[in-house]
Amino acid sequence: MADKIATRQAYGEELAALGAKNENIVVLDADLSGSTMTKLFKAEFPDRFFNAGIAEQDMYGMAAGLAVSGKIPFASTFAMFAAGRAYEIIRNSIGYPHANVKICATHAGITVGEDGATHQCVEDLALMRAIPGMTVLNPADAASAKILLNKAAELYGPVYVRLGRAGVPVRYAADAELEIGKAVQLKDGHDATIIATGIMVEEALLAADALAEDGILVRVLDMHTIKPLDEAAVLAAAEETGAIVTAEEHTIKGGLGGAVAEVITTGGAAGAPCPVPMAMIGVLDVFGRSGKPAELMAEYKLTAKDIEAAVRKLVAMK
Amino acid sequence: MKLSSDALRAKAVEVRKDIVKSLYHSQSGHPGGSLSGTDIATALYFNVMNIDPENPKMKGRDKFVLSKGHAAPLLYAVLAERGYFDKEELWGLRKIDSRLQGHPDMKNIPGVEMSTGSLGQGISCAVGMALAGKLDKKCDCCKQPRVYALLGDGELQEGLVWEAAMSAGHYHLDNLTAIVDWNGLQIDGKNDDVMTVRPIDEKFAAFGWDVQLIDGHDMDAILEALEKAAQVKGKPSVIVAKTVKGKGVSFMENNAGWHGKAPNEEQYNQAMAELEAAAAALK
Repeated sequence: MADKIATRQAYGEELAALGAKNENIVVLDADLSGSTMTKLFKAEFPDRFFNAGIAEQDMYGMAAGLAVSGKIPFASTFAMFAAGRAYEIIRNSIGYPHANVKICATHAGITVGEDGATHQCVEDLALMRAIPGMTVLNPADAASAKILLNKAAELYGPVYVRLGRAGVPVRYAADAELEIGKAVQLKDGHDATIIATGIMVEEALLAADALAEDGILVRVLDMHTIKPLDEAAVLAAAEETGAIVTAEEHTIKGGLGGAVAEVITTGGAAGAPCPVPMAMIGVLDVFGRSGKPAELMAEYKLTAKDIEAAVRKLVAMK
Repeated sequence: MKLSSDALRAKAVEVRKDIVKSLYHSQSGHPGGSLSGTDIATALYFNVMNIDPENPKMKGRDKFVLSKGHAAPLLYAVLAERGYFDKEELWGLRKIDSRLQGHPDMKNIPGVEMSTGSLGQGISCAVGMALAGKLDKKCDCCKQPRVYALLGDGELQEGLVWEAAMSAGHYHLDNLTAIVDWNGLQIDGKNDDVMTVRPIDEKFAAFGWDVQLIDGHDMDAILEALEKAAQVKGKPSVIVAKTVKGKGVSFMENNAGWHGKAPNEEQYNQAMAELEAAAAALK
């Protein structure tokens, strides 16, 4: 078993490295620097670290002001308070002016765990991808998180990066070649495709292995970029495998599943629809609850077994 | 360009005429709060701020954030009068083929430093700009550019304003001056009836700001207060400017109904006649 590292840990480490490379990078936090791991940047560059206190709206407003003044702010808090509480500030003061702010939101999804529903943000991908010009990233592991964070720093414009609290196995090599907007095919198969994002990539790989034992060969795509979505990879998966299961630690309303469905039914920019049977693994229309991350994954049917069952059902329909 | 008080008073009348005319053409927009903030914005753009319309992105420039973004007609008028773009553009306000959006859009309008309109956000962004200014100041001998933010009084009801007030105080942003356009009225009526914002001065003082209270239509007082604010060390400064909503157009003055309404032809003619008379009286 690979080492388990939380993507937030990778974030803090990479932030400190980025800070050494580019003096325009500044970091903001809202009294959670020990949890978001921005404390690692603060320790190296205290003059470029700004605590906003428990005032997320002001933090993103300040970040916008810093960005239009030539800085590259990475502003962090929990996903609930970034995409949720500060939504309209992000929409109007960062999205509308296309400000160069990196909204790095940690503790996303239900694997926040014991804190329960008020802290389990499962709507952030839907909210953030609805903002014009916003790039939305959701790395699967610590290694890919570091690579994508570097790409985000190089990209001019607002980027939302979804990061998790819990440790996940490291699947990528440190020097993997990842591009924003380009899905990674981790396995190939012709019976169906699992398009997964974030921590669900690991579950998708486990599901694919289990299915392979029964001779069902699935393609697995890591959709680390929710927006701009890799439409070509989605359409190719639909055409070549004939069935798609999406997997996200997020509500099934408007996140990865919605984005994939939009593309196969409308054909996206290419205008060539390729509708195929789909299933969406994600949080249904409910709030979360307290529990251990693994218990919650089982409770809300976000495990490899749930993905596996969905694939079997779709394959049987073909 | 540094106009004298007399010249500023005359310029302010021109700005008011531009505001009324642009609203008349668009048949949409916010006259009341544009006219109440006119003298303050005119002082900033024609006397106080270090800016260059030929080079809107000049390094080290002072910046103005219209936190009360609905006063966009005011911002556009001072920018056009100052030469950032052709005055003729003002008559396209809010129209489909114009870049002059109902609320300021920094991406497309030269001189607009921040896109605003959703209340409370501009002052928070101004805090970020002032923080950036502190980071960029490399030595004590460098001149510190200033950030100015114009807020509405109704806007003070937004919680974000006070989050920003707290952070500006915490970070000792003495390169930030906020001006509150205290005209006493908002869409639903008097601030005091809708949701009182008093005491404005004591609230800012409690957050660690230097506070001045002035008549926001007294040009000499405005200039003096802005100068004094720039001398304050170790804390941000706020100028609470008592103003008259709709100032300069008799039937718009102190009338909440003119918060967001455009004049018809008759009203336009009367308003322009009054402003022409005001201009003549200054000569």
